[in-house]
Amino acid sequence: MSLRIVVCVKYVPDATGDRRFADDTTTDRESVDGLLSELDEYGVEQALRIAEASGDAEVTVLTVGPDDAKDALRKALSMGADKAVHVNDDDIHGTDALGTSAILAKALEKTGYDLVVCGMASTDGTMGVLPALLAERLGVPQVTLLSEVSVENGTVRGRRDGDAATEELEAALPAVVSVTDQSGEARYPSFKGIMAAKKKPVQSYDLDDLGIEADEVGLAGAWTAVDAITARPPRQAGTIVKDEGEGGKQLAEFLAAQKFV
Amino acid sequence: MLDHRLDSEYEDLRRTVAEFANDVVAPKIGDYYEHDEFPYEIVREMGRMGLFGLPFPEEYGGMGGDYFALCLALEELARVDSSVAITLEAGVSLGAMPVYRFGTEEQKREWLPRLCSGEMLGAFGLTEPEGGSDAGATRTTARLDEATGEWVINGTKCFITNSGTDITGLVTVTALTEPATRSSEVGGRASTRPAISSIIVPVGTPGFTVSKKYSKVGWNASDTRELSFTDCRVPAANLLGEPGRGYAQFLRILDEGRIAIAALATGLAQGCVDQSLSYASERHAFGRAIGANQAIQFKIADMEMRAHTSRLAWRDAASRLLHGEPFKKEAAIAKLHSSDAAVVNAREATQIHGGYGFMNEFPVARFWRDCKILEIGEGTSEVQRMLIARELGMTP
Repeated sequence: MSLRIVVCVKYVPDATGDRRFADDTTTDRESVDGLLSELDEYGVEQALRIAEASGDAEVTVLTVGPDDAKDALRKALSMGADKAVHVNDDDIHGTDALGTSAILAKALEKTGYDLVVCGMASTDGTMGVLPALLAERLGVPQVTLLSEVSVENGTVRGRRDGDAATEELEAALPAVVSVTDQSGEARYPSFKGIMAAKKKPVQSYDLDDLGIEADEVGLAGAWTAVDAITARPPRQAGTIVKDEGEGGKQLAEFLAAQKFV
Repeated sequence: MLDHRLDSEYEDLRRTVAEFANDVVAPKIGDYYEHDEFPYEIVREMGRMGLFGLPFPEEYGGMGGDYFALCLALEELARVDSSVAITLEAGVSLGAMPVYRFGTEEQKREWLPRLCSGEMLGAFGLTEPEGGSDAGATRTTARLDEATGEWVINGTKCFITNSGTDITGLVTVTALTEPATRSSEVGGRASTRPAISSIIVPVGTPGFTVSKKYSKVGWNASDTRELSFTDCRVPAANLLGEPGRGYAQFLRILDEGRIAIAALATGLAQGCVDQSLSYASERHAFGRAIGANQAIQFKIADMEMRAHTSRLAWRDAASRLLHGEPFKKEAAIAKLHSSDAAVVNAREATQIHGGYGFMNEFPVARFWRDCKILEIGEGTSEVQRMLIARELGMTP
């Protein structure tokens, strides 16, 4: 039976844009163009490479998000994924990471999976907790933050590069993995891929389809709450050290004051 | 009603190429350019993205797109760098397109898959030392040796793009084939044009010599060479299209090519706007960003106007081409207008950059060096005016 790979992806506001929060303290998705999170592109890339190496695999991309999130799915499909699943429901607005992991878990149970691939974090929330939450919900092993990943004979293997050591990890499928931005550059979609993406199936689910009550998710169902938002202060002008014989000493003092040395 | 929006697949392609140009081409191209090096690494990546196969059907290894898609890609590449854009332009519309349009099934199967993947580049040997715009003045000859069944080619070609890279696989050469005075139809009028044929010459054929790279003012990361043929023999089957139809063939290739060059020129003109906008907001003089000065704002407004109208012009010509309508005049207008826009915008962008604009490390310096050839190659501006006047029914 072919290997079923599902990549969880997120539609996020362009990180190069002027991102803001909306009045209800959720991410403002109107003021900045959205796209497939760049960190999730690495997940799609690794899924495609695993599928290519296996020769008998199917890659599904799964997202939870508003109507426009279909753009993120289309990008992943044009890179080469086979089909897509879009969970979209007005009641999802404001859902936190815990709620999102619940929705994804239900969707994954519906689609079926052998390997779930995630990026290392989203480029908007940057929490990076979702792969662990998801594995817990699904009751399967998690192998996270991999810079190298492969699948052979029902086992997923990977390398995690830490500051102090490099770990070689493996887990029996089904499992959840997350891959880092060091795992290999994501491919650019070809025009053939872009054209083909238009014809690939996109399955839509709402909360009803997944058997989730509206109050379990959304802002009301969130376990975390945003109390206040403060804009990042504008960048301060730098300190200019003029060398009048004491330059070296001043530099050292500055670095020490900033706790760099 | 005329719809100005791109279909979603074209918009996705445009965005993908723009991303590639900014992330992959922009950080590296300055070095290649400065050292007159061909950017093999970037070209390989472009091949992987399928850019060289854009307008060709999938059965030959292409992407199943069209000429419009190619032009979109060219504009976005040239917005960052013209050397890689002209490498793609020449590879597709001069290298592969003649094989696709005029080749036999066998020739297409032999060459197109490798040309479409970008692992091989093709070149088009048309221009000669004594004949540029007057392409009919071809001196190179090809004589059919009946005894061996081979064409024997003699002559010289100059300014041939992509002809001497490590991955160049073929050059399509136009040559006078006997009898030299056969009359042919040109533009519907009887003419006594000499009989010119196109012949595929694989790289490595004895008697085919590739000279060293020219030292050019611009397009320094692209490959341009002089080629010479001395009793160069290729099989009779290497004839591309009908014998004696070479002139009509390359007229068609050049008409299309003008739209591609117009898209490339539009990219350069837009790139000048991009660079100027960001520089004008960063550079301060007399206590404020220079972009706060109306003199600079007006310059940039005019530059944007030129880039925008250039884009409308090439898209109009390309759309006519795709719909099978006459496009000769519109292609000439697009080429003439956009190359002028590129030259003026490059001059203005350099002016806005002040002394930094004269430094090679700034992209506008590349734009300044790359823009002039756009008024010359693929038909000079004077030739474009001739074509437009002729299309209006004016005779010499």
